[in-house]
Amino acid sequence: MSKVVFETEDEEEVKVDKDWKPRILAFLCNWCSYAGADLAGVSRIQYPATVRVVRVPCTGRINPFFILKALTDGWDGVVVSGCHPGDCHYISGNLVARRRFALLNELLEFFGIEPGRVNFMWASAAEGERFAVLIEKATERVKKLGPNKRFLKKW
Amino acid sequence: MGIEEENQKIEKSIRDIARDLLKNKEVDVIIGYTEGTVPLSTSPIIIRDEKDVDKLVWNNFCYINLAKYLAPRMPQLVDPEKGELKVGIVTKGCVGRALIQLAIEKQINLDNVKIIGIPCNGIVNRRRIEKEIGEKEILEVSVSEDNIIVKGKNFEESFPFSEYINELCKQCKIKSPPKVDSCVGECGEYESVFDEFNDVKEFESKTPDEKWEYINDLLSTCTRCYACREACPMCYCNLCFVDQNKPIWFGKTTDQTEILMFHLIRAMHMAGRCVACGACSSVCPVGIDLNLITRKLEQMVKERYNFTSGIDIDKFPPMMDFEMEDEQEFMLEED
Repeated sequence: MSKVVFETEDEEEVKVDKDWKPRILAFLCNWCSYAGADLAGVSRIQYPATVRVVRVPCTGRINPFFILKALTDGWDGVVVSGCHPGDCHYISGNLVARRRFALLNELLEFFGIEPGRVNFMWASAAEGERFAVLIEKATERVKKLGPNKRFLKKW
Repeated sequence: MGIEEENQKIEKSIRDIARDLLKNKEVDVIIGYTEGTVPLSTSPIIIRDEKDVDKLVWNNFCYINLAKYLAPRMPQLVDPEKGELKVGIVTKGCVGRALIQLAIEKQINLDNVKIIGIPCNGIVNRRRIEKEIGEKEILEVSVSEDNIIVKGKNFEESFPFSEYINELCKQCKIKSPPKVDSCVGECGEYESVFDEFNDVKEFESKTPDEKWEYINDLLSTCTRCYACREACPMCYCNLCFVDQNKPIWFGKTTDQTEILMFHLIRAMHMAGRCVACGACSSVCPVGIDLNLITRKLEQMVKERYNFTSGIDIDKFPPMMDFEMEDEQEFMLEED
C-alpha cells in the first residue's frame, strides 16, 4: 500500500498513480462500529484494505485533535464511526459528539479543507454490510480528492 | 447628536454612578477604562476611592473586554479577609454578554458584580487605521461628527467612522448589556437576535481553494504569541491546550499547519461561547483580523442550535447539550 506520487518539476502539476489508494484512519466506537467491522470481516465482506482502525470507547471520546493530528501526520482521510443516535452504550455520548462533529465539519470546510477528507457515519454492530459500503464510499471520496497536501505537516 | 457629544455625556454619567456606588459602599472597587499611554488605545483601571473617579473615561477606543479580570479573579479583586470584593464594572454590550456567559459557565457570581451598563456605538478598528497611516507616528486621535481624525507631525487624516469601526461592531446587534444593575442612557432587552450573516455566507460561497488561500494568507503572519487568548474573556482554562505537553497534540512552531491547527482548535473551543467583542483582533500585534472566524462561530450555533451566547442566563450551553433531532446532514449515508 505504498503511496506512489510522481511529482513533475512544476509543483502545481502532480500526477497521481492510477493504483494509488488513499490511506484512511478510522476511529470506531467499541460497542457498535468496531463490532460492525468485525462482522464485516467474519462475513467475508470485502472492503478497502487501506483502512486502519483505532478503537475508541465511544465517539464522545473523540477530540477534534485526534482528527487533525491524523491529517497532519499524513493520513489521506479520516473516518469516524459510532452507534446510531439513541443506541449509544453510554446513552448520550454520540449525541454530544454529533454536535461537536457538526461544528468541526463546518469549520474544516470554512478553513478550506476539502469536503470529504473527514467523514462521519453511523454503523451498528449488526450492520457489517453497511459498514463495508460506507467505508467504500468514504474511500472513493478521498480518492477523488487525491493525496492529503493541505494539512500535511512539512518536516 | 454627534458621537463625541454622546460619549462625553456617557462618560459624565459613568463618573456620577461610580461616585455614588463607592460613596454608598455598594461596591468596593470599580473597573473601568482610563486614558491610554498611546493614542488609539485606553487602559483598564481599578478605582478604589471616590477621588479617583474622574480618571474614568469612555470613548471609541475602549476595546478591552473588562470581564477578563473577573474570570479568574485578579488578586487585586480579592480581599484576604472578606473574600471576593464587590465589583462595579463599566459594561458595554459585549462585556455584558461575557459576564452572562461566564455566569452560565459558573465562573463568576453575578451577585458580587454591579453592572454599569452603557450603550456602545462601536469601537474603532485601531489595527486598520495604524496600517493605513503606515510608518508615520500618530500623536493624537479624536472622533468628531462622523469622522475619526488622526493627527501627527505634519499630517492630518480623517476616516469615516462607520467604515473604520471593527467588523464585528458593524454587525453588532447587542450594543448595551442584556442585564444591567444601573444604566446610562438607554439599555435594551434582548430575547432573540436576528442576524442574516451575509458576510459569512459571502465567504462560504467561495471554492475550497479560494477559502484555503484566503485563510492561509490571513493567518500566515501569526507568530503564536497568544495575545488573542490572553485578551479573551472566555479563555480561562488553567491549562490551555497550547501549553499542554502530555500528550503533545501539535508542535509549538509557526509552521503553517500548526498555526492553522491552533486557530482551528481555538475556534472549536470558542464555539457557542464567543461573545463577539473583537478583543482578540484588537490586541493582535501583527494585525490579524479574526472577526470572520468569530462571525462563523456565531452563525453556526445560531443556525444549528438557535443559541446566541451571553443573552439568557438560564440557557444551557449548546456544546454541552444535545437533542435527539439535531441535524445530521453531514453524515455519510448509503445511496
